[in-house]
Amino acid sequence: MEHYLSLLVRSVFIENMALSFFLGMCTFLAISKKVSAAIGLGIAVVVVLTITVPVNNLLFTYLLTEGALAWTGIEALSTVDLSFLGLLSYIGVIAAIVQIMEMVLDKYVPTLYNTLGVFLPLITVNCAILGAALFMVERSYNFSESVVYGFGAGLGWAIAIAALAGIREKLKYSDMPEGLRGLGGAFMIVGLMSLGFMSFGGIDL
Amino acid sequence: MTEKTKDILFKPVIENNPIALQILGICSALAVTSQMSVAFVMCVALTVVTAFSNFFVSLVRNQIPSSIRIIVQMTIIASLVIVVDQILKAVAYDISKQLSVFVGLIITNCIVMGRAEAYAMKNPPVASFLDGVGNGLGYSAILMSVAVVRELFGSGKLFGFEILPVASTGGWYVPNGLLLLPPSAFFLIGGFIWVLRVFKKDQVEEEEFKMAPNTQAAEAV
Repeated sequence: MEHYLSLLVRSVFIENMALSFFLGMCTFLAISKKVSAAIGLGIAVVVVLTITVPVNNLLFTYLLTEGALAWTGIEALSTVDLSFLGLLSYIGVIAAIVQIMEMVLDKYVPTLYNTLGVFLPLITVNCAILGAALFMVERSYNFSESVVYGFGAGLGWAIAIAALAGIREKLKYSDMPEGLRGLGGAFMIVGLMSLGFMSFGGIDL
Repeated sequence: MTEKTKDILFKPVIENNPIALQILGICSALAVTSQMSVAFVMCVALTVVTAFSNFFVSLVRNQIPSSIRIIVQMTIIASLVIVVDQILKAVAYDISKQLSVFVGLIITNCIVMGRAEAYAMKNPPVASFLDGVGNGLGYSAILMSVAVVRELFGSGKLFGFEILPVASTGGWYVPNGLLLLPPSAFFLIGGFIWVLRVFKKDQVEEEEFKMAPNTQAAEAV
């Protein structure tokens, strides 16, 4: 239990997807002008990550890694290594799950669908989602670890984008130098936030 | 080289830079810039993928039904990235370890997708190929300039060769540790955009709120 808790804290604060690995930056900067939109996108990312990371984990352990096909019982398949197909399969899984989620939400939870609506398709090409899947493979998490990691990574990203949107909403009244207005200024703010998040690095669990 | 090809090739480098102006592909651009050699490999990989994905997408652009075009583009890009990834693992294993997940993340790099969608779907293969190379160069220009600053002032080296002798080994230069940390990349790119916009006024964004001039000083007189 303690192990999972420390993994969660690490993925939310210390190894924050947006602020220390720069993942999902395009959407991070584009959709952070309003707090309400940022929170909507944040929730969508948490949900998608919590589902896709474990699913990709299953895919990796039972289909792609070396010797993964041994469960089929066919001799010839027991040494096959398909891990080079990883990238293609993860992105396929992510696109498919996002599509399915969209349809399920539309049918059963229309209110949530309407809030997330615009953001769901955007998420397929968000590098935070694919990045989490690749980190999961690189650090060889098992299934339950990958559930915790997926949730934690999503939560960290959501917190970061909500905080950034809050800051930018206040800052829009400020008198910035011409060249820094908009994008340039946003970069500076994210830099300062990232510096702040680095102080979590000292936490040792 | 005709005027037009030159335009396609070099416009994206400064005038229409994918990172600074189109806000594309920042995702992976920041993380790999603390060392020049790593950044360089990343630039080559991205330029190759963008150029060839543009080329292939453009080849089949008239055959793709528009409803499934995204998935077709995605498949082409993903296959190219797999090829690049495997080549890197075979030829430059150490660097591919350092790049870790960021080679794979070229798939979701908005530049590749964005150019395939915005340019290659409407233009012939050769022009698309050049457009891909041009945008790759624009990306590389920013990446390399960030990497030069970070590596030179962060560890006193360029491409791993010592330029400024570091204090810890008996030299005079005390490296700025901040530049090796992630936040510095944000400041550098932010500063870069600032400089670019000082020279290119038309890229400055509209102000959301106009500041009314402060009348108090005038009234006081």
